[in-house]
Amino acid sequence: MIDYNTAVVLAGTSMLGAGAGLIGTFAVLRGRALLGDALGHAALPGVCLGFLLLGRRSLAAMLVGAWLSGVLGILVVAGLRRATRIKEDAAIGIVLSVFFGAGLALSRYIQTQATQGSKAGLDSYIFGKAAGMLQGDLLWISAAALAALLAVVALFKEFRLVTFDGGFARVQGWPAASLDLLLMGLVSLIVVIGLPAVGAVLVAALLILPAAAARFWTERLGMMLVVAGSFGLVMGAAGTAISAHVSRAPTGPIIVLVGTCLFGASALFAPRRGAVARWIDHVRFRRRLRGQAMWRAVYELIEPRFPAIRPIAIDELAHRTSYTPAQLRRVLRQAEMNDLLIRRPDGRYLPTAAGLAQAARVTRGYRLWERFLTEQPELTSTFARLDVESADSALSHEIVAELEAALRAEGRLP
Amino acid sequence: MILDVHNVTVAYHRKPVLWDIDLTLQRPSLVGIVGPNGAGKSTLIKAILGLVPLASGRVTLFGQSCQKQRRLIGYVPQRESVDWDFPVSVLDVVLMGTYGGLGWFRRPRRAQRDWALECLRRVGLADLAGRQIGQLSGGQQQRTFLARAIAQRAEIYFMDEPMAGVDAATERVVFELLGELREQGKTVLVVHHDLRTVAEYFEQVVMLNMRLVAAGPTCTTFTHDNLAKTYGGRLGILDDAAEALAARERSV
Repeated sequence: MIDYNTAVVLAGTSMLGAGAGLIGTFAVLRGRALLGDALGHAALPGVCLGFLLLGRRSLAAMLVGAWLSGVLGILVVAGLRRATRIKEDAAIGIVLSVFFGAGLALSRYIQTQATQGSKAGLDSYIFGKAAGMLQGDLLWISAAALAALLAVVALFKEFRLVTFDGGFARVQGWPAASLDLLLMGLVSLIVVIGLPAVGAVLVAALLILPAAAARFWTERLGMMLVVAGSFGLVMGAAGTAISAHVSRAPTGPIIVLVGTCLFGASALFAPRRGAVARWIDHVRFRRRLRGQAMWRAVYELIEPRFPAIRPIAIDELAHRTSYTPAQLRRVLRQAEMNDLLIRRPDGRYLPTAAGLAQAARVTRGYRLWERFLTEQPELTSTFARLDVESADSALSHEIVAELEAALRAEGRLP
Repeated sequence: MILDVHNVTVAYHRKPVLWDIDLTLQRPSLVGIVGPNGAGKSTLIKAILGLVPLASGRVTLFGQSCQKQRRLIGYVPQRESVDWDFPVSVLDVVLMGTYGGLGWFRRPRRAQRDWALECLRRVGLADLAGRQIGQLSGGQQQRTFLARAIAQRAEIYFMDEPMAGVDAATERVVFELLGELREQGKTVLVVHHDLRTVAEYFEQVVMLNMRLVAAGPTCTTFTHDNLAKTYGGRLGILDDAAEALAARERSV
């Protein structure tokens, strides 16, 4: 059964995850994911100072403190880059560790000074403790998630433009820097709101994991936002439920583990972009290349005395292809079943009419490309996939006719 | 007066990239910008468009500052300037050309989609409208950017190396497009790297090497003297230049 308290916490972390997924999508595409991480770590000293200044645990004071020191951290990153020649990754590393170190020192100081009740409160800002969420916190979180949703829906077009091509956006007159700042502001909002539930160390994962996982499933930004938002929601909800019921571990790590599972499954099994699909694609690609090499070998063995057709021995083919003997036998058997080759009693092979046509077609395509690429090497990069596109479909008719004429003149046109 | 660049200097970390450039364009034409690597060709375009800060000087377009003339400007950035793995389709990118006219919050509708498709047809990519942009060849990506600029319905176009590393078909599309724009009375400034085709493509030429070496009608400005001044004693380039001049004489 879900009691009222658990329901509040579940609703809170789900909304947090969904908002983080939406904003994280733009942050990841814009290459700002690491900045989100710096923001989370840099927020810790602010939490402690908020506590110290008020002398008691007040969510509002701590979150305002977190936001201020987080933003200060980002400004220091920007300042370091501008004033010195330090690269961004180094600047982020410096800010992240220095601010977080200061936060840890401050929290240790508070724990030795203050009364016992405060201790747990501060710890939850480091590793996250969603169970401590109250109805009032839920209000904050829903407001932040709603702000993220509204901003993304209203400014979808503007964010897409600025994230894809900032220079073009500026030429068109969009305030690219302000839109960028708004995006970073939303990132900081999500980070700060997520701090009590997920903790300073892991809050960036909430931004990065759903977005990175969503990218595997779609080629469209709108769909990516939907998927990332849903992944974030599932991540928050499942993480909270598991950490509340199965173990007494802090929520942050469990949420991140759930997110890691989503990401891992996406990276492996997503159609087209996933590792498995890419591997299958690669295997098919190699098989196609080797098959083409074999048919070319068949053609070139027959070519010298064409139109007379002589039988071809396995050894000759093994010599000219990259198949292992077992693979070659399998491929030949396959060709036999498709009526492309006929196996003679002496073990040699004769191509059928269809087999001969296949060999000629493959060889012609190969020689057209070969000719084209040696004549116009500067154009190699302009064709996306040489293995799939046939010369006839990728090149214009005139060029193909020219290439054919050149091959015919040499007597090499199949 | 279409374009007036006055005393413009651009510097990165105090190292000047463009130094005291004065350039005016009185009437619509096709303008090629040439010069050696690092001469500041792209920077000149970016300075005019306000994408890099000016250390000194000012730029006016049609008599006003560029900030006030945004709707009149079309822009084709270098192909390498964006992430082609970005999750958008070819049509999405071309639609971005209509964003300026739409203004805040409004989404592209049927009219904009039809117009974007028409622009894609003009560069020969209508069949690929639904593809993710990373699946295009280099030349097709370049044509997508061109279609986006056409979709802006601008008066003056700035193109940064639109013919660098593209196939013959794309180069032909760009060339035809330049002609169409010229017929419509538009002005196009093109950063160009191939000296052999300058005389064929451009009525005016701007020769740049940090300083403005020469600017004016191609037939009187694109001379051996000016090429030697622009490229210095670089032998290979001068061979190219000789070939370019020969090509010009043939076309005259």
